[in-house]
Amino acid sequence: MLGFLIQRLLQAAAVMVVISVLVFCGVFAIGNPIDVLISPDATQEIRLDTIRRYGFDQPLWRQYLNFANTLIHGDFGRSFVFNMPVLDLILSRLPATLELTLAAVIGATVLGVPLGMYAGYRPNAAGSRAIMGLSVLGFSVPTFWVGLLLIMFFAVELQWLPAGGRGDTVEVFGIQWSVLTWNGWSHLALPALTLSLFRMALMIRMARAGMREAMLSDYVRFARAQGLSDGKVIFGHVLKNISIPLVTIFGLELAATLAFAVVTETIFSWPGLGKLIIDSIQSLDRPVMVAYLMLVAFLFIMINFAVDVAYAALDPRVRSGHA
Amino acid sequence: MTAALDVRGLKTHFFTRGGVVKAVDGVDLSIQRGRVLGLVGESGSGKSVTGLSILGLIDLPGRIVEGSVRLDGQELVGLDRDAARRVRGRKIAMIFQDPMMTLNPVLRVGTQMSMALRAHEAISSDTVRQRSLAALGTVGLPAPEQCLAAYPHQLSGGMRQRVAIAIALLHSPSVIVADEPTTALDVSIQSQILQEMQRLCDQTGVALVWITHDLAVVSSLAHDIAVMYAGRIVESGPAEDVLAEPRHPYTRGLLDSVPGEAKPGEKLAQIPGSIPALIDLPPGCAFRARCGRADRACETMPEIVDLGGNRSARCVHPLEAA
Repeated sequence: MLGFLIQRLLQAAAVMVVISVLVFCGVFAIGNPIDVLISPDATQEIRLDTIRRYGFDQPLWRQYLNFANTLIHGDFGRSFVFNMPVLDLILSRLPATLELTLAAVIGATVLGVPLGMYAGYRPNAAGSRAIMGLSVLGFSVPTFWVGLLLIMFFAVELQWLPAGGRGDTVEVFGIQWSVLTWNGWSHLALPALTLSLFRMALMIRMARAGMREAMLSDYVRFARAQGLSDGKVIFGHVLKNISIPLVTIFGLELAATLAFAVVTETIFSWPGLGKLIIDSIQSLDRPVMVAYLMLVAFLFIMINFAVDVAYAALDPRVRSGHA
Repeated sequence: MTAALDVRGLKTHFFTRGGVVKAVDGVDLSIQRGRVLGLVGESGSGKSVTGLSILGLIDLPGRIVEGSVRLDGQELVGLDRDAARRVRGRKIAMIFQDPMMTLNPVLRVGTQMSMALRAHEAISSDTVRQRSLAALGTVGLPAPEQCLAAYPHQLSGGMRQRVAIAIALLHSPSVIVADEPTTALDVSIQSQILQEMQRLCDQTGVALVWITHDLAVVSSLAHDIAVMYAGRIVESGPAEDVLAEPRHPYTRGLLDSVPGEAKPGEKLAQIPGSIPALIDLPPGCAFRARCGRADRACETMPEIVDLGGNRSARCVHPLEAA
């Protein structure tokens, strides 16, 4: 297990180095931040001075090395636009995205998995058909449209829930959380629901497919031949078996939602990372873009790592390097 | 003496969109305690469905439409779900073909045995452990303690099948239905398991229904044989007599297909044609299209003919006794 951990950590480090190069070069290729940084009527002298100050006159490889050097010291540089350290900027936005994402993905899982399992257990029941209809809807309806519809219905027509913003927050360990206030929850509900619909559809499908396959398997037949009730067969035997693909989807969706909840955050003007990255792309705020993309890569690596550990916990064959 | 298992006129049909599949269409079986009945047939003859029907494990779209299954005199057909569940695993057990698949890959053997035990009895963990170890010992596993803590993939195929048999034995059932339990094992392991089963039948008095397509296995293990074809028993009787002197043309054909005495290079004997589709089976003997002795009389379903000596065949033109 220790060898496995070390190997994965080394892999992760290598991936982060490659990502940093790709991201740096990629961002370097778009636009000229000087046009954003100084006013158009600045003198040539100011212009050259600014270019020198930000190091834009250096060749690309030297700029990268400078960046990498400060990065090793934990410094992502300063935002051109906000003129504050990028790390602080991102960390101030992260909790908002984190709680939105967690609410959406966990909600989708907690609802979707049991619904999917039921649909797989009783594939011909009317309830199962309704569940599958819901999942088709969740797959095919675009997120932005669902968001707008929810705003129209719950915020504009019924006026039950606010249309946007984050609501009241409470500070815990220096971080603002809105899940700790009732008002915060009321702001969270609509964007979380919007985000979770697609994920829930996915969870329903995966759980149903796993369940249907498992119910036909020999070990289930053998368990039933032992006189186990269906409940014990499902929760004692089947659940652990079908968890493996579900954990994969959970991890992937968690990472993807964290990184790319952009549309939903924009519609509900949720002050998260998605809005930050859109703004910084528009203003060519290079350090923010680079740091954000690296953070996303880091999150993916960490979540995949957690998923691998979860596999090992669920499936003994993975533990012994057998599968 | 009441038979441990007595099956009368069992019919299990599957109601599919394409029509009614009469997988089991009037099967009679009877078996005494401590005896082994070999249920023989090709793939698709309905032998596995018969086994599942006896345990009440037929799922929709299939169901038992007729017949009776008596276990120690108790009628099993028509029991409600929970009553049927309480019989399964306690009074009658079943083991399956592929030991790779019948044990749950993600649970320890001990966990699976504990669930099987607690399905019928509320007992302490200590008792669970003792009885699990005892059952594993009974089936001849060398290190029951390690086995209990092992996951299925850490055991060999033969050991896994022994574990499955141990699970089947946990509640000392009257009858075990074994659905080709040695087919997936190699020959040396196969014979070990067969010996083990023989010993268990003698010692515990459990009655064994051994479903197989392998006549060699049956000849070494079974006291009685029932040959199935297209959902019906076509011949039955004491194993020795049936194998030495089959009376139904199909049994003859099966025995001739065993390549035991063929010489290399010589064409192997086979039964012409294949087993008919069970949807909309034409009336009459289902074997008549493949049978050299068939004539007009075979176009009505033959009754079971008592041939004396506990033997019977479902044939209008049974082969003569030598």
